[in-house]
Amino acid sequence: MYPKKDLLGIEELNSKEIQNYLDTAEKFLEILDRPIPIIPALRGKTILTLFFEPSTRTQISFSVAAKRLSADVINFSASTSSVKKGETLLDTAKNIEAMKVDGVVVRHFASGAPKILAENLNAFVINAGDGTHEHPTQALLDMMTMRQHFGYLKNLNVLIVGDILHSRVARSNIFGLKTMGANVAVCAPPTLIPIDIEKLNVEVFYNLDEIIGDFDVVMALRIQLERQEAGLFPSVREYRNLYGLTVERVKRMKPKSIIMHPGPTNRGLEIDPEVADGPKSVILKQVKNGVAMRMGILFIHAGGKIE
Amino acid sequence: MQGERLSSILIKNGRVIDPKTRFDRIADILIEGNKIQKIERNLKVEGAKIIDASGMIVSPGFIDLHCHLRDPGRPDEETIESGAKAAIAGGFTTICCMPNTEPPIDNEGIVNYIIKEAQRVNLCRVYPIGTITKKREGKEISEFGELIKAGVKGFSDDGNTVGDARVLRYAMEYSKIFNATIFEHPLDESLSKGGVMNEGEISTRLGLPGSPTIAEELIVARDLMLSKFTGAKLHLCHISTRGSVELIRRAKKEGIDVTCETCPHYFFFNDRVLETYNTNYKVNPPIRSEIDRRAIIEGLRDGTIDCISTDHAPHTQAEKELEFISAPFGMIGLETALSLVIMQLINVEKFTWLEVIDKLTYKPAQVLKEKLGVLKEGAIADITIINPNIKWQYKPENIKSKSKNSPFLNKELIGRAEYVIVNGEIKYQAGV
Repeated sequence: MYPKKDLLGIEELNSKEIQNYLDTAEKFLEILDRPIPIIPALRGKTILTLFFEPSTRTQISFSVAAKRLSADVINFSASTSSVKKGETLLDTAKNIEAMKVDGVVVRHFASGAPKILAENLNAFVINAGDGTHEHPTQALLDMMTMRQHFGYLKNLNVLIVGDILHSRVARSNIFGLKTMGANVAVCAPPTLIPIDIEKLNVEVFYNLDEIIGDFDVVMALRIQLERQEAGLFPSVREYRNLYGLTVERVKRMKPKSIIMHPGPTNRGLEIDPEVADGPKSVILKQVKNGVAMRMGILFIHAGGKIE
Repeated sequence: MQGERLSSILIKNGRVIDPKTRFDRIADILIEGNKIQKIERNLKVEGAKIIDASGMIVSPGFIDLHCHLRDPGRPDEETIESGAKAAIAGGFTTICCMPNTEPPIDNEGIVNYIIKEAQRVNLCRVYPIGTITKKREGKEISEFGELIKAGVKGFSDDGNTVGDARVLRYAMEYSKIFNATIFEHPLDESLSKGGVMNEGEISTRLGLPGSPTIAEELIVARDLMLSKFTGAKLHLCHISTRGSVELIRRAKKEGIDVTCETCPHYFFFNDRVLETYNTNYKVNPPIRSEIDRRAIIEGLRDGTIDCISTDHAPHTQAEKELEFISAPFGMIGLETALSLVIMQLINVEKFTWLEVIDKLTYKPAQVLKEKLGVLKEGAIADITIINPNIKWQYKPENIKSKSKNSPFLNKELIGRAEYVIVNGEIKYQAGV
């Protein structure tokens, strides 16, 4: 299968393309358990990680993935907007182009920024999260984790709980899971649910206690305290009481169900520590799968070869 | 021949359309001095400059109630000179410039500057709109009397709504001294705050903060009620939603003294175009959903929407190359408005020429209370001759505006102004 130059979002992928990412990542998972977990698949390739918004975890995950494939990695973080720098997005693209890197992993605070970069670069672009739009590599590693656990995605019942409005993780998971035939529901206060989300064939619930027992996967999202300051919910206490994955609430979940979280967690807020570390939690598996998935993604887009 | 030498122009064989009298026939027009002398078939005048308008439409000069010339303040974006050049290239013989300049048009000094500069440029009529409140701060009303004396043709804090209902009430009451019109930019800023596109399915998919339709409709409803309450003359700017059209339709039936305008981008596009993240589609109010676009077209058809304005809003390339959330709102429109009217309203929606010319000429003249927008003997000779079928490319190097922030760059457009006559003088000829 000939891949697209860039990975900008899950919305633009079909089920075959998603499956290809999942299958490729599965193969790389084995390498991570080797005594020397490194292969020369991308030797001589240069990958730039360009983070316009701080995210230590994602940047490290990509760096580790690239190094496991023997690529050269350059990490760059700049958390100021181009407005403040006096440089436009197109200037940034032209500068990168002049440096002749093979691929760019970009995290940006503005939705759509990776797309504009990709349109102006010959290097491939991997979206590592843009604004409140998409986080495709996270959704792919999430789907990988679900498939690992259940063996399938079709008709899997997945519930995403929390700040859907501002979540690129939720959007990418919704697009991907719907494409793979899963059933997706969201549960949050109405103030944190984006308008017309039902048009993406997603069920909407406001009362977590009534429905938590119906799902195979419950994914909690990080709640940002600035959302309370913006008046979207009245208090952390009330949020936890209504939507937190508390020890009590999790008892109502299906026997074989799992709990996911894209991290970093606010322990004791959207998820209790005992739940995050408990038997249903696959949070650390997600982190490990993240490296394998990013290896697979870089491998596919850099046109790597296994000798 | 008359004694003194009057320059005369004879426009031959055009389809002459005058919305006021509903005249729509092939005829010749003789212009002498700055007036229309005769409208008849087969006129013969010795020594007159002849314009062959066969196959073309002869319309009153277009009047744009709403553009931004950025002068004074941002000569890198636009000046009165470049804006006037863009206007005549688009068929506009009169343009009203909004007062969100730096400094704003809130005193007669700025009004005098604009009027003098427009006279120096001498291309089209430039009518300044004054601010409703001093410094556009929404607190104290401007000196309407002084501003009108200096030459403003209406009042607006465009770019901002007058958020404080009491201030707007005072402005409306005070405007009655002068029978002046309040041009409101209707958008509840507490609801639209942070929004960069229409709130709906598309904004949800794109992860861009939305500006909901109700942000416009709440203020439209408030302003209609205030207009009814005060009896002031209200003109609602750049109407973009179905709800607004419905509210205004009802208000007009009730007899409220209101007029309104929409812009070509609201009947030409729906919010799916934002999928490109092209910042040239970022406008305020935002391009709305297909349901709203249909309602705007129906509002134009049944007369609820009186005028088509451009909201020509120039921005530099550097500003528009920023991230979508950071780029400023606005697209240029003076040079593309006619083509969009033809391509959408005439060719697709089957409006008559009389209907669309009415909204580009006579209706805006009525809002301004100016004796413009008519083609009749004795009227001021502001005339736009339209070639309705010609296909042309909107190339960046040919754009007259200083800014190029248009989603139509390098696109093929249909129809253009072929000749533009202002006050009896040919000010523009396409391709020359």
